[in-house]
Amino acid sequence: MQRTIKQIIFIVALIVIWESVVRIGGWTADIMPKPSDVWQALVRGFEDGTLIYDLGASFQRLLIGLAIALLLGMGLGILLAKSKTADETLGSLILSLQSVPSIVWLPLAIMWFGLNEKAVIFIVVLGGTLVMTINMRAGIKNVSPLYIKAAQTMGSKGIDLFIKVILPAAVPYAVTGARLAWAFAWRGLMAAEILSTGPGLGYTLKYASDFGDMSLVIAVMILIGVIGTVVDLIFFQRVEKNVMRRWGLEAS
Amino acid sequence: MFLHIDHVDKQFTNNKTVHQILTDIDLTIHEGEFVSILGPSGCGKSTLLSMVAGLSDVSSGKITLEGKEIKKPGKDRGMVFQQAALFPWLNVEENVMFPLRKEMGKKKAKETAQRFLQMVQLSHYADHYPHELSGGMQQRVAIARALAMNPKVLLMDEPFGALDEQTRARMHKELETIWVETKKTILFVTHSISESIKLSDRIIVMGTQPGRVIADIKVNIPRPRQMDQKEAAELQRRINALLKTEIDKVVNEELAHAANH
Ligand SMILES: Nc1ncnc2c1ncn2[C@@H]1O[C@H](COP(=O)(O)OP(=O)(O)OP(=O)(O)O)[C@@H](O)[C@H]1O
Ligand SMILES: [Mg+2]
Repeated sequence: MQRTIKQIIFIVALIVIWESVVRIGGWTADIMPKPSDVWQALVRGFEDGTLIYDLGASFQRLLIGLAIALLLGMGLGILLAKSKTADETLGSLILSLQSVPSIVWLPLAIMWFGLNEKAVIFIVVLGGTLVMTINMRAGIKNVSPLYIKAAQTMGSKGIDLFIKVILPAAVPYAVTGARLAWAFAWRGLMAAEILSTGPGLGYTLKYASDFGDMSLVIAVMILIGVIGTVVDLIFFQRVEKNVMRRWGLEAS
Repeated sequence: MFLHIDHVDKQFTNNKTVHQILTDIDLTIHEGEFVSILGPSGCGKSTLLSMVAGLSDVSSGKITLEGKEIKKPGKDRGMVFQQAALFPWLNVEENVMFPLRKEMGKKKAKETAQRFLQMVQLSHYADHYPHELSGGMQQRVAIARALAMNPKVLLMDEPFGALDEQTRARMHKELETIWVETKKTILFVTHSISESIKLSDRIIVMGTQPGRVIADIKVNIPRPRQMDQKEAAELQRRINALLKTEIDKVVNEELAHAANH
């Protein structure tokens, strides 16, 4: 509770300072909007439905992209963990691709798919798949040998051992992978929307900027940040924490 | 001949150097016997047990159970490790049902699990998850899980090593009761002399470097045993003397090693 109070006071102070600095400095809203301007832009956006429409469009792409990324990542992760050859070849390629932000693929994606949804989803998939693959691989590689030995003495082997013991034992890593995949996918999605086409939050941000509507630009920025944090905090971190506790990987 | 460890050797190769871990282990264990394997740390007790479990291979010699050579792990040998090794994604009952799920229907497996959970007095915890149980409770679930598949031999590798004194004493009583009830053959690894005297019909004392059997002692003290009984104290002194030479050997080797570096 203490912490929440501090956080609220901090945010309020930040807004007050921002508002007063802009007022004293006398900047106009097309250069540096005040918090009240941003709030109005936000309210307007929700009232006339544009932001809601954008949110829906962005989330639809995100969900499609993320679902593909998680499935692909799991499959690839299992492949890399099980096949030494795949790990040494494809595995090192994936590791080095990891250091390339997924958005740099956009020019190619637009060439391949056209300036449309598919190009954006491609960027989302790419952003999520790599990190999911790496975590899934680590999860399977790090299954405690004790679980495997115990299962073997109980007559489990082969596919049964893999499905009933190794996969569930890898769940904590998979959950972390999914959380990171979401973070990468969300960032990739926004970048791709700004650089390609709408509708979507990123597209509206660029549209507002073209028309010099800085209040809306900041409103969308805040929305992007809030959604990113809320999904991470409310969903992924909670799930991750529960799983870690249950799997005995964290002192409760 | 029930369980026969027939002139077994075990070597490990590390960086091209061969380490002789166990030499010429030759033991015959009878059905229903409670046998402790006692020895200093590193003498190869766990290695021997995991070979009986079929989790690792013998380098030479062979191990047979009722005449059949052991090559792989199997449900005829249940194993309890020092850590309970329960699966954290399954609840207590599902853990105990794990070895049963292939060979019987769900209902029957559930009943069996319940029966063995009752035996270790944990039937009220059937739907709890392992992380909600204490170390001693987890170990009891692990014992129930091993017993539920009705193995011919129960292999236990320092199952109570991680527990506090009082819990361990309670577990000894419980294990003794279970053994009397089920008449299982138990191979019990420990490095506690009193634990082995308290529980077993027979104590195999092992020496180290390389691991080998240095004594095979019958324990004829009536149960339940108290460590302050005269015979128990006498036996403890005798085993202590046997082990002291072995432990001195380890210490001297350590000192020599330290001096050379
Ligand atoms: N996989 C392995 N590769 C190489 N050496 C091994 C391996 N497993 C065990 N050893 C060695 O074999 C010896 C015996 O190990 P083991 O674990 O069987 O001893 P232990 O009697 O169970 O000891 P403790 O009482 O400490 O559990 C040790 O010196 C150990 O270093
Ligand atoms: Mg050991």
